[in-house]
Amino acid sequence: MYDERHPGLHRRGFLAATSLGALALTGCGTGDSDSDAKSDGAPKSGGRLRAAFAGGGASETLDPHLANLFADVARAKALYDKLADYGADLSAQPRLATKWESNKSLDRWQVTLREATFHDGRPVTAEDVLYSYRRIADPDKAFRAKASLEPIDLEASRATGQRSIEFVLKRPTAEFPNVLAAFGAYIVPAKATDFDKKPIGSGPFRFVSFAPGRSAVFRRYDDYWEGAPHLDELEFVVANEESARVNALLGGQVEYAHELNPTTARAHEGKGQIEIVRLRNSAMQAFCMKTDRPPFDDPRVRQAFFLIADRKELVDGALSGAGVVGNDLFGKGYEYYDDSLPQREQDLDKARALLKQAGAENLKVTLDTSAVAAGFTEAASIFRDQAAKAGVTIDVKMGSKDSYWADILNNGTLCCYRSGAMPIEAHISQRLLTDSTTNATKWQHKDFDALYEQAQSTRDESARAAVYNRMQRRLYTEGGFLIWGFADWILGTARTVRGVETKAPANTLDWARFDKVWLA
Amino acid sequence: MSGLRSFVARRLLLGAAQTVAVVLLVFALTEALPGDAAVALAGDQPDPARIAAIRETMHLDKPAYERLADWATGLLHGDLGTSLVSGRPVGRYIADGFGPTLLLATLTLALLVPLGFGLGVLAARHEGRLADRLISSVTLAVYAVPEFALGVLLVTVLALQLAWLPPTAVGYGTDLLGHPAALVLPVLVLLARPVCSLSRLVRAGMIDALASPYVAQARRYGISGPRVRYTHALPNALAPAVQQLARTVDWLLCGVIVVEALYVIPGLGTVLLNAVAERDVPVVQGLAVVFGVLTVVINLGADLVAHRLAPRAGVAA
Repeated sequence: MYDERHPGLHRRGFLAATSLGALALTGCGTGDSDSDAKSDGAPKSGGRLRAAFAGGGASETLDPHLANLFADVARAKALYDKLADYGADLSAQPRLATKWESNKSLDRWQVTLREATFHDGRPVTAEDVLYSYRRIADPDKAFRAKASLEPIDLEASRATGQRSIEFVLKRPTAEFPNVLAAFGAYIVPAKATDFDKKPIGSGPFRFVSFAPGRSAVFRRYDDYWEGAPHLDELEFVVANEESARVNALLGGQVEYAHELNPTTARAHEGKGQIEIVRLRNSAMQAFCMKTDRPPFDDPRVRQAFFLIADRKELVDGALSGAGVVGNDLFGKGYEYYDDSLPQREQDLDKARALLKQAGAENLKVTLDTSAVAAGFTEAASIFRDQAAKAGVTIDVKMGSKDSYWADILNNGTLCCYRSGAMPIEAHISQRLLTDSTTNATKWQHKDFDALYEQAQSTRDESARAAVYNRMQRRLYTEGGFLIWGFADWILGTARTVRGVETKAPANTLDWARFDKVWLA
Repeated sequence: MSGLRSFVARRLLLGAAQTVAVVLLVFALTEALPGDAAVALAGDQPDPARIAAIRETMHLDKPAYERLADWATGLLHGDLGTSLVSGRPVGRYIADGFGPTLLLATLTLALLVPLGFGLGVLAARHEGRLADRLISSVTLAVYAVPEFALGVLLVTVLALQLAWLPPTAVGYGTDLLGHPAALVLPVLVLLARPVCSLSRLVRAGMIDALASPYVAQARRYGISGPRVRYTHALPNALAPAVQQLARTVDWLLCGVIVVEALYVIPGLGTVLLNAVAERDVPVVQGLAVVFGVLTVVINLGADLVAHRLAPRAGVAA
């Protein structure tokens, strides 16, 4: 499907080019000094970059299959590679795989590996890939990527050569490349079991030292298949408090600070001391209505709630303006996103009329929220006030932040919800099918499941896009997700740091990617 | 002396019982928190099958009393257990976190004792005069500032505005001693309130002692001023201050969470905070044991020192 000799001819290559244009424009828009910083051409080699992340404390591990937090993933992607990874539009881009081809029925895929070596000089082979995937899928373990690899029949899949693998799938899966790019599906050397002593990967950096919860030091891997990184050394340090990350950056103790608050960003944007990088469309923000129980089992009540939301006010209030409004569909700007549907606006009269038709006047609902994610509690109180204008009484209930996601999965009727970036297909398969593992809206419709299956067995890309559009139109009309916004993911970098990609939602290939970064 | 020995034995026994009670209470409270380690680990992917699988690998599917009994059996053999989340020994968590905590505590204490006592004695000597009024009002003012606010203020002024000191100790976790400048701000914050409370206690004690009949008697015998002050009045003034000092040491060793978070120092407070968020019960319990033992030993030590300083006051059991 993908031929790396002609990347420019590929549709996604074109998308990448347009995104570069947008990048240059934003660079110019923020003043002269800024465009100077962005435009100075040739990357310089050398130096050590220190990056501060919120981390997992003394329990941290370098086992890439256990990656859970952003810090884990950032370290994992420095040491390891996946077969594919997500581009800015969340489409799968080839990485260790150079090529993937399916049979007619989309249930057997031939994947060819590129010539790459692990840090100890051994080549990356089909055996390593199968070992890694079998380790993730181990029924006795609970690795996060296990659910993503579920479509693969690993018993029947086999190596057909040193660098070629035949994956046998349990059912047709047109989006199989997404599986190869799944969160945590890293390739480790065959038989590797200990990842904290001296982990060996095929990524752009090799291991130097690791102190859980404190620091991880990596060094440039000169033989990296995509070319050696510019930096000599990369150090990940852990600072859980946002204020500490900002202070360390301002004080010159780190050159890269991950996950900053919108208020911090506003305070320092354009002041010349540090650079603020906003990764757009990173985190979907929503209210999640349980469609299988009253009052939301009546589609008119759901539609009324869609119309109650003043999305601009929510983005300005709960996200401090660091984001864009949503249109009740997941994945704005991603591949297959249906942007032909009109932007929904607040319409309190119509909302009241719909509630009346549904016999739900003077409705009282409990909205579950928690301090588990930035903006949750603010969003809840803003929406409570908006709903009051339509005659709906919302009672905001604060929950524990450590168990929030498990608590809201099956309980309650309305809750705050958030999601990181993933392909629209993955959002549907994980959350919107009858047998989805985290179906928080209880959206269970046989005909919707059938559409998903149809999409997965449609080889032609535009025909598949048409099926996704049908599904999205249905969700737009009467789905359980009231998606009011998409939050920016905010980074801070020192003024010497160059090459940080801005068109990279959190979790995509170019996010937290340090092999293309250099120090001026 | 035998009375003292039986007092120590009684206190140690009581301390052991208190530690056991603390551990049981902590276990019960951690169990009572919503969610367990499996739920916390699953995070925003609360796939019930995955949570069940994690629960099984962590042996959380066993009843609570069985898990507690297993852990207690290990403890009798000196084994604090293994972390649910990482599978690493709890002993290593505590050893790793204890280094930075001990370093901060030692530095703070080394400055606190001379500063606190010195200022207290100085103020008492000049009771009612300018030095006393200055020390008393400044210590009262500093005492009123919460440590978090003071920490932020010091970072903003000394580290970010004036750039005299590094704002945090980020990345120095493995070698804090190699970066002494990074320790200045946290030690200052830790020092601020204890210096105030200690010096005020010493001042009050000194003033009381200097006004006492035995000091007047000593003066009548013609004993020199410094000798009256430092060998007769001061020991009596110290007894309450020593108890206060013990509480401060206890606080310094058992997790100074705010300072650790603000300055990124990976001590025991950080370990505790993470372990509670992850519902890593063995780590929380291990810390409860360590904190319990530390508290008992430190307070016992303080009682003995106070007894030595002012034997007539007797020992409060």
